[in-house]
Amino acid sequence: MGTFIVRRLIASVFLLIVVAAITFAIFFLLPRLAGQTTYNLATQYVGRNPTRSAVLQIEQQLGLNKPLYVQYGHFLKGIVAGEHYSAGPNTVYCPPPCFGYSFKSQLPVWPQMASDIPVTLSLAIGASVIWLVSGVSIGVLSALKRGSVFDRAAMGVALAGVSLPVFFTGLILLELFVYKWNLLPAPTFVPFTQNPWKWAENLILPWITLAFLYAALYARLTRAGMLETMNEDYIRTARAKGLPERTVITKHGLRAALTPLVTIFGMDLGLLLGGAIITEFTFGLHGLGLFTIEAIQNQDLPEILGVTLLAAFFIVIANMVVDILYAYIDPRVRP
Amino acid sequence: MVGGESPRQGDGAGGRFARRRARHRSSMELEAHATRERTGEAEPSGMLDIRDLRIHFPTDDGLVKAVDGLSFTLDRGRTLGIVGESGSGKSVTSLGILGLYNTGNAQMSGKIYLDGEDIVAASQARVRELRGNKMAMIFQDPLSSMHPYYTVGDQIAEAYLIHNKVGKKAARAHAVDLLKRVGIPQAASRVDDYPHQFSGGMRQRAMIAMALSCDPELLIADEPTTALDVTVQAQILDLILDLQQEYDSAVIMITHDLGVVAELADDILVMYAGRMAEYGSSEDIFTRPGHPYTWGLLGSMPRLDEVRQERLLSIRGTPPSLINVPAGCPFHPRCDYAARTNGRSENEVPGLRPVGPGHLVACHLSTDEQRRIWAERAKVAS
Repeated sequence: MGTFIVRRLIASVFLLIVVAAITFAIFFLLPRLAGQTTYNLATQYVGRNPTRSAVLQIEQQLGLNKPLYVQYGHFLKGIVAGEHYSAGPNTVYCPPPCFGYSFKSQLPVWPQMASDIPVTLSLAIGASVIWLVSGVSIGVLSALKRGSVFDRAAMGVALAGVSLPVFFTGLILLELFVYKWNLLPAPTFVPFTQNPWKWAENLILPWITLAFLYAALYARLTRAGMLETMNEDYIRTARAKGLPERTVITKHGLRAALTPLVTIFGMDLGLLLGGAIITEFTFGLHGLGLFTIEAIQNQDLPEILGVTLLAAFFIVIANMVVDILYAYIDPRVRP
Repeated sequence: MVGGESPRQGDGAGGRFARRRARHRSSMELEAHATRERTGEAEPSGMLDIRDLRIHFPTDDGLVKAVDGLSFTLDRGRTLGIVGESGSGKSVTSLGILGLYNTGNAQMSGKIYLDGEDIVAASQARVRELRGNKMAMIFQDPLSSMHPYYTVGDQIAEAYLIHNKVGKKAARAHAVDLLKRVGIPQAASRVDDYPHQFSGGMRQRAMIAMALSCDPELLIADEPTTALDVTVQAQILDLILDLQQEYDSAVIMITHDLGVVAELADDILVMYAGRMAEYGSSEDIFTRPGHPYTWGLLGSMPRLDEVRQERLLSIRGTPPSLINVPAGCPFHPRCDYAARTNGRSENEVPGLRPVGPGHLVACHLSTDEQRRIWAERAKVAS
């Protein structure tokens, strides 16, 4: 088991290096293949009215005129060991993990992202707890009472949940709970460490909005998985042993039915940690999602590159955790 | 071979019949008598007494009559083979005895007396207490019938823990003990293995250990050797036989393989379309079968003790749909001899008729005619 985890870790690091290379290539190699010169590239990093000398200076500073592998080496070195950037007259040290330096905002990329991570993290984790608990329990109940009024109602709501966009449900909730009934504050982010109650109070609407979408999906998945599992031969065996029905369902049924959900949950959570763009935008929460939108609007390449890599990092980590968890859950895949 | 003197591998099986016959069942009869006095009207006899059992499943296409009026009894220490094609109601009968259809949308009627207690009428909680405890089942495919996520030991100990007031340690020791008993080498370490780490034969042994964990009085084996290698099949059958003698339990062996029942069964019940076609001792069924369906089954069985025929005889046609069971004798559309009954086979459901001591046949052919046709068939075959 130990060697398996180590092997999986090494594979993840390798995967991240590949992801970094591909991302890097998209931003620095593709434009060149498309006929852009290094001068053109450098132009994007200088403010609105680029002078020729400023552009050349940037080209020099960013090392855009150096061979690509040297640039990639610099980029990796920045992430691992930090990097110095000469911004204007003074040199700025960007500590590791340095995802680059934004010449548009005159700031290193990482600290900006770092301050947004808690927002996205709070949003994703809170929502995931809600959707996991509600989605799975509704799915299980639906499967056990297949064809009942509850099943039909739940699956109807689930269909709505999958179909309704977040910006619709989110705005409705905002209008009702915040503006009409004044039950909740308009969401602003309060760090958990500062005031856990306020943290939850502010985030409850975004959580519910986001969770509604996923809970619907998970309820349907759980229901399907549960229905399939309860028809398995080993469930019949468990019943034949004279186990109480509750034990049959939870110990034998759920355990097998929920295993595939682990994979999907890992991927979903990993994806969300890279920024719940629409939810953050709807509620005006400045997390990685809003950061991404702003970076794209400003065409701030280092920021886009940084957030892309960070999102990839979360997904790779989520994948790794899922793999390790899987080995723990299912003895058949244990090495 | 004239007259079908003995079934396949006749010597061993014959010896077993004799051994089994000799056994006393006086204690059983006393117990049955006691129950009779208690209940008054019903008079359950034997350790398992099934009367007019019907298990129907309503579906969108109609009512599936999986089991339709089945009656038989079984005593402690005896083995009953239930034989029939797929869809003849064998497995449904066994799951019904275990009380697994008391819930859900199945319609169940009739009586299943286990030691005088009616399982059909009993509460679900009571049936659950009996299940896995007093009656247990060995399933067909041990890989899919065992939970992939739990160790073999856990799965064996599970029933023991539920039905007995014991701790986890005792249950585990019991599991190791059972694994030893069913012939798993290094049982003490293999108890922590998962099913996928066992070979097919070992998995079936573990499955048997699971069924035996509470010393059941009634053991139902549903095609216990179908998923196994031929070499392993014999070992598993021997194991079941040995354990039966050790525990003195009643065994129902469900199979479509007549070779298996020839090996093991004292009595054989031939099922067709959810009903009993023929019932008798193994000798009755193999040496003087009375039902054309039984003839067909015997004719389609490959035999090593005979000159090889051009091809095996198969029964023409397919088993009937259990929603639209043919009127009259359910077997008549496939029967070569239905024409000899003056139309009774098409119109009249044949009742069970004794043709010898303890030998019942549901067929309109007269006993003499049955004997004559069987003798002819046996002559042709030899």
